[in-house]
Amino acid sequence: MKIVVCVKQVPDTWSEKKLDPASKTLDRDSVDGVMNELDEYAVEEALKIAEATGGEVTVLSMGPSQSNETIRKALSMGANAGIHIQDDGLAGSDAIATSLAIAKVIEGRGVDLILFGSESTDARMSVIPAMVAERLGLPQLTFANKVNAPGDGTVTAHRLTDYGYDVVEASTPAVVSVVEKINEPRYPSFKGIMAAKKKPVEVITITDAGIEPAAVGLGAAWSEVADFAAAPPRAAGTVVTDDGDGGVKIAEYLSTQKFI
Amino acid sequence: MAEILVLIDHVDGSVKKVSLELLTLAGSLGEPAAVYVGAGADAALPTLAEYGATTVYVAEAADLVDHVVAPKAELLAQLVAEKSPAAVLIPSTAEGKEIAGRLAVKTNSGVITDAVGVSADFVATQSIFGGSTIVQSRVTTGTPIITVRPNSTPPQAAPAAGTRQDVSVALSPAATAAKITERVTEEKGARPELAEAAIVVSGGRGVGGAEGFDVIEKLADSLGAAVGASRAATDAGWYPHQYQVGQTGKTVSPQLYIANGISGAIQHRAGMQTSKTIIVVNKDPEAPIFELADYGVVGDLFNVVPQLTEEIGKRKG
Repeated sequence: MKIVVCVKQVPDTWSEKKLDPASKTLDRDSVDGVMNELDEYAVEEALKIAEATGGEVTVLSMGPSQSNETIRKALSMGANAGIHIQDDGLAGSDAIATSLAIAKVIEGRGVDLILFGSESTDARMSVIPAMVAERLGLPQLTFANKVNAPGDGTVTAHRLTDYGYDVVEASTPAVVSVVEKINEPRYPSFKGIMAAKKKPVEVITITDAGIEPAAVGLGAAWSEVADFAAAPPRAAGTVVTDDGDGGVKIAEYLSTQKFI
Repeated sequence: MAEILVLIDHVDGSVKKVSLELLTLAGSLGEPAAVYVGAGADAALPTLAEYGATTVYVAEAADLVDHVVAPKAELLAQLVAEKSPAAVLIPSTAEGKEIAGRLAVKTNSGVITDAVGVSADFVATQSIFGGSTIVQSRVTTGTPIITVRPNSTPPQAAPAAGTRQDVSVALSPAATAAKITERVTEEKGARPELAEAAIVVSGGRGVGGAEGFDVIEKLADSLGAAVGASRAATDAGWYPHQYQVGQTGKTVSPQLYIANGISGAIQHRAGMQTSKTIIVVNKDPEAPIFELADYGVVGDLFNVVPQLTEEIGKRKG
């Protein structure tokens, strides 16, 4: 089975993120980049499926040159090869343009399964897997906490819902996104890290991919940030030390605020 | 006045509160028109009319709900083409955002997710980076497609005609490629849904173990609240992962959030910082969560929380 797993380099989950005043996009220079946490689960799932079916895993990332670190991490976990969509013309792309570039690059490669993490911890839109499925006309099995792809042309997933989950069935090729905790992502071994250095990473520009330059980048975004500001600080509240009546005091406060 | 399409979220005709909030919001932008997909429309119609829907587009075909996401996007794309609405509002749930994403691709429109407000000129307000930054965004191409978070607008009754208009759509093969073969409902008791709840009571590392969540649940039940948990608690296996509030879990914005034994790492704050009123119970006076507190008690949650639960019981009689 031929699997592509899409990963994104994002600011470290624990870091303070801010917008760049000029471009009104995420300031990526001021923070450390890491692989989007949820994508680690997608890489692990891809590797498990490949191991069980005798398949191969290609890791794909779109982003500036530093994204190479995230591709290398996936390679050191065990992915076979990398694709890096890298072009200054892509900077500032919105979800629409990002999904276009990813779909363009994957199209025609004979991929059976396209895996994603269910969202990125920076933008948190959760729309790219659905948009890529839409563009490629493929079935969408997203927000999965269980995936079964035995390599016989079918794929089944448990899609998380408000009430529990839906069992979803489709034929491959298909788009799958996975949620946190679907598996236990492996740590790269020393051997894996060494091997990753020799694995091929194909760098693709927008010209290589046949993408219209006017269709991507900040200028092509179909939505724009008109303005932004730091959230006003919350007014300082009252903090008391429990003298045996802390619960009663909270109840009194809730009562003045008409919650009870 | 141009129509504002509102995709209705419901369970077999029982309309979710977020849908009423979106109808109210739509009423401030144009003429609210509800889009109802699935069975049970007759039960929903009076409620949709009461909250301002002038028209209710009803698509009851089973095919639309028996496949993942894509059919609803195709139906909405058809309505956008036929009715030329001024905007489409969709609840900002996991499914809602995916529908919005596909609809945006289909209609060559920009999409904004997780709005907490939309002004009359369709400028959406978003609270990003865990509530630290407020952004004003607008769609510049096509029909504005905006997903709006629950608890963003108080729903207000505004009776309108609510005229039913049945619609059908010929689905493409791609839209029916992922079939839902079974719906599994997991036991979760009578508590409200975490993302929609007006009150959320959460527990973190300080709860100390799975059995400690008993006091958190009792407090939640005394207030009719949903239960949440910090990542420390879900990672330790003390509470199921789907109740995790935070950057890699659910984002909530309730009227009241009570954080118990939660230190307030950015991972957690990212999911609850926009709550209207925040109560904190923590034995560490230096815990950063106190910076968010409207009212905080430094103390042992196993003393404070049961006493609070008992006091609420007394006051509610």
